[in-house]
Amino acid sequence: MPVPLAPVGAARRIALGILCFIAFVALWGAATWGGLVKPLFLAGPDATLSAGVELFVRFGFAWDILVTMFRVFGGFLLAALLAVPLGILMGTFKGIEAFFEPFVSFCRYLPASAFIPLLILWAGVGETQKLLVIFIGSVFQLIIMVAVITGSIRMELVEAARTLGAKTRGVVFRVMIPNAAPQIFEALRLVLGWAWTYVIVAELIGSSAGIGHMIIDAQRFLDTGQMIFGIFVIGTIGLVTDQLFKRLNRALFPWSLGR
Amino acid sequence: MTDLVRVDGVSRIFPGVHGGAPTQALNPVDLTIAENDFITLLGPSGCGKSTLLRIVAGLDRPTTGRVLVGGAPVTGPGPDRGVVFQAYTLFPWLTVARNIAFGLREKGLPRKQQDEIVAEYVAKVGLRGFENHYPKMLSGGMQQRTAIARALANDPKILLLDEPFGALDTQTRALMQELLLSIWEAERKTVLFVTHDIDEAVFLANRVIVMSARPGRIIEDRPIALPHPRHYTVKTTPEFQEHRAALTEAVRRQAMIAAGMAA
Repeated sequence: MPVPLAPVGAARRIALGILCFIAFVALWGAATWGGLVKPLFLAGPDATLSAGVELFVRFGFAWDILVTMFRVFGGFLLAALLAVPLGILMGTFKGIEAFFEPFVSFCRYLPASAFIPLLILWAGVGETQKLLVIFIGSVFQLIIMVAVITGSIRMELVEAARTLGAKTRGVVFRVMIPNAAPQIFEALRLVLGWAWTYVIVAELIGSSAGIGHMIIDAQRFLDTGQMIFGIFVIGTIGLVTDQLFKRLNRALFPWSLGR
Repeated sequence: MTDLVRVDGVSRIFPGVHGGAPTQALNPVDLTIAENDFITLLGPSGCGKSTLLRIVAGLDRPTTGRVLVGGAPVTGPGPDRGVVFQAYTLFPWLTVARNIAFGLREKGLPRKQQDEIVAEYVAKVGLRGFENHYPKMLSGGMQQRTAIARALANDPKILLLDEPFGALDTQTRALMQELLLSIWEAERKTVLFVTHDIDEAVFLANRVIVMSARPGRIIEDRPIALPHPRHYTVKTTPEFQEHRAALTEAVRRQAMIAAGMAA
């Protein structure tokens, strides 16, 4: 019997993770090649792969990927540039928090996709509108998360700093921010994942390039292989950025490991 | 000897939570601390001794009265009063050396000078070789030694310690007491030390102040004239035992009141 919370070795962990992918492809293959699902509704793994090759070779899919990545990271970066400083201010100063918190919480529940028609009216169907969808979808979530993270510092650390002569500036820049940094980084990683869902929604409407646009195009020709390949590409990029974030976190904040 | 700290009629009432009755944590207390005093503040848990220390530190405000340090009223925390807490309060993102340098950095001392002072205190608390360790890599005793070095490096007028060894095992605790005492004997810092451990209180102090059960007030001010340098063997001398017996009696009475067991 497996023991609860018993650790798993690194090699075995990777092997198990890969095994899940293999099992998924096997099930998928069994369903499509075995004739359980018609190719019209679901392309098999081989058809999806060849559709993917065709996308890159004939339809310049690499450009679509670049366009989508630019939108995701651009919108996300704008959101982070506003949300991180504001969140830190809210987490540090209770008056600022009292002012912004109810409004931001209200905005947090406004679905970004519902803004798309309005944003098209205001900003057209160009890049500004795409970036704004990502921005609106990420910024409010991020503000609240950063504020909560910053404010959850142990009171004793702040008190210790003040007894050592730290004034407000010292407490904020040399205690509260370094204390919150690893978790803020983790919040950025999570919100970036959500940004990917918004970008596809934004690209489904009024777009001339991008992964979402390709998926809509493929739908017109009932090319399920292309659609599935597009979705998998998003998953792969997500997996890679996630790993990069995790590694960067470990490299930047070695002191917080294993806390 | 001159008075360094004067506590003038300081009391503390905590407002009631959710419409409950307010709590009188501290009855008006008067206390003077002379320069070079090592005072231990002894009492049962919840007697307000930590509250009094926090008020002297400037981390809490008295409801009545005031605290003067070097003649100036305390209005908030400051580097002239170094504090060592019971909870571990090292900054986890800083190494041992940078933790000790924290106050010096806040003062704006040049890095070279910071490093010199840090090296001096690293040696004093016996942490050579651990300068570049992060706090999570240290044992509890080493963390508290770093915390003491961090407070001392700032060269405060008085060192305030709030049950700093409370979370340590008995052996480590005894070693830490000896270390703190030897530092005090060498530097003659003024110290206010809160504890509920009677042996610790007698071993370290030249004055033991006993506080009553909540609401706290001072019920005994006992000079301890044991000679310095004090060796741990002093604990077996008749004088030590005498202090210990008398204080045990006094504290036990208060502990019973606090526990609601007094007749």
